[in-house]
Amino acid sequence: MTVSVSSVLPGVLCGKAFGFREVLMFILKYILRNLFRHRLRSVLTIVGVAVAVLAYGLLTTLVGLWYSGAEHASDTRLITRNAISLVFPLPISYLERIRGVPGVTTASYGNWFGAYYKEQKNFFANYAIEPRSYLELYPEFILPPKEKNDFLLDRKGCIVGERLARTYGWKVGDLITLKGTIYPGDWEFVLRGIYHGKEKATEERIFLFHWNYLNETMRRSVPRRADQVGYFVVGVKSPGLAPDVALAVDSMFKNSLAETLTETEKAFHMSFVSMTEAIMVAIQIVSYMVIAIIMVVAANTMAMTARERIGEYATLKTLGFKGGHLAGLIFGESVAISLLGGILGVALTFPAAHWIETELAQYFPYFTVSPKTLLFELLAALTVGVVSGIFPTWRGATIRIADGLKRIG
Amino acid sequence: MEQATEPIVRIRNLSKSYRRGTQIIPVLSGISFDIARGEFVALMGPSGSGKSTLLNLIAGIDSADEGEIEIGGVEITRLGESDLARWRAVSVGFIFQFYNLIPVLTAFENVELPLLLTHLNRRERREHVEAVLNVVGLADRMDHYPSQLSGGQQQRVAIARAIVTDPEILVADEPTGDLDRASAEEILQLMDRLVHEFGKTVIMVTHDPRAAEKAHLVRHLEKGELSVT
Repeated sequence: MTVSVSSVLPGVLCGKAFGFREVLMFILKYILRNLFRHRLRSVLTIVGVAVAVLAYGLLTTLVGLWYSGAEHASDTRLITRNAISLVFPLPISYLERIRGVPGVTTASYGNWFGAYYKEQKNFFANYAIEPRSYLELYPEFILPPKEKNDFLLDRKGCIVGERLARTYGWKVGDLITLKGTIYPGDWEFVLRGIYHGKEKATEERIFLFHWNYLNETMRRSVPRRADQVGYFVVGVKSPGLAPDVALAVDSMFKNSLAETLTETEKAFHMSFVSMTEAIMVAIQIVSYMVIAIIMVVAANTMAMTARERIGEYATLKTLGFKGGHLAGLIFGESVAISLLGGILGVALTFPAAHWIETELAQYFPYFTVSPKTLLFELLAALTVGVVSGIFPTWRGATIRIADGLKRIG
Repeated sequence: MEQATEPIVRIRNLSKSYRRGTQIIPVLSGISFDIARGEFVALMGPSGSGKSTLLNLIAGIDSADEGEIEIGGVEITRLGESDLARWRAVSVGFIFQFYNLIPVLTAFENVELPLLLTHLNRRERREHVEAVLNVVGLADRMDHYPSQLSGGQQQRVAIARAIVTDPEILVADEPTGDLDRASAEEILQLMDRLVHEFGKTVIMVTHDPRAAEKAHLVRHLEKGELSVT
């Protein structure tokens, strides 16, 4: 006598229906277990994506920082310099005339000093400035009142940013000697104050000292270089007045021996940045190339994986699973691997940025990765997963069962 | 044994050829035969004779160029891809030479696979899987992965997977081809039991004459044409 298997089964199988939740759970379980089926391969792919994402994030941050000086520039400050070139000075006598232009709140001036500390590698921005008006125009340099007062009173005094002081271990009261390049000789200063930035982006690696100290020395040693300034900083009442003030200042010195060029602080910074723009564009392209390369590597890995499992996919199809189910398995695995790499890359970005900020502070005084960059890192990883999964998914989902089964054995 | 005579498989004028580049290679030419319900049929023949192709066509995993295949009253040669997949899931159990178990799933999970496409809930699925693993004698190995099982045990898991949806027909492509003699004998006995005890119709491709001896009927394929032993 024959009996049905149903007779030993607890219930009779009724008509088939698509168990969406069950299949979804199966797909997730299958993806999870397959992720580390070839541990070395998966780990290497994940690490590869992580490194690529990390490189992308750091390079993007670097490019962003390059432009941040310009982005954080004040809207109410103008820079007036010699129209021919920044290397040509302007007479100090222009100061009062600039101050008289309608819309100008105050004006200050300075000279790029270009000295270094002990050795040439210890280079940082140093300026001779008129302290009172300069600090008035740069309220983002926060200085304790006593230190500010001491600085204003001491003609050989100087102030430095916190990061610069930390780099060389300077303390208030220290005697600092800089070696001049544009203005040769040893220049001695007494550190009277250490400022910190109002915002994180405020530059804290600047050395400022009295313009009078420089000018008096020039009067004694090279008189023809005395009473000259490199640039004027012009404060305006409101950003809207900036174009008119700039025009008025430049018109005032038209046809003089030293014609001026006045522009916003942002434009002034951008003129420096634009000189290196090609390098920045190259760095940005490299960051995209890194992602493209890992995309190809991940696609190869996924294609290899799908090729190895083609028999499994054929078996699943034989059992009734459809192309869409298989697409979910393959595509899901590709995206999961890339996203794991992306998450690892994002996680590594923080210690990497911190390391750069502390160990390479000389070049990157602050190195903060923005939330936008972190989001783009994850999007880059997702893109790698999606793109690298397309071909293997298509191939796996459309394989003919008979062809797939031939691959086994 | 009570031999049923009602045909469950009706094949008429079946032809299939493959294209290799510009060359067309005929594999099956105008084959017609029936298989009765509850019959154990062995398909034999030299390599390239078309027996696996014939098995694939009967199982609905390949499509014929010409002819008709009617199984259990359903003319599968007229079904579209989606309906065919649905029909396969309900009506046919597959047993492969190399077991084709999913390595990352346990024996239980492998057997459960076809049930995921049904309406059964988790508890019902568990009951079905445990029942068929009992039938193949592997209830105590359900949490083992394929790599933790011998070849014979893996093939028994594959058989459990084939019968878990209670299909009428089982198709087996060289089910003992990768097994040692003792394991092969166990598998053949199990298949024999499925025919005699549970009334399954089994169609088996084999090169092994000792495996063919278990069948009620042996059909030989030679150059795409059929003869009966």
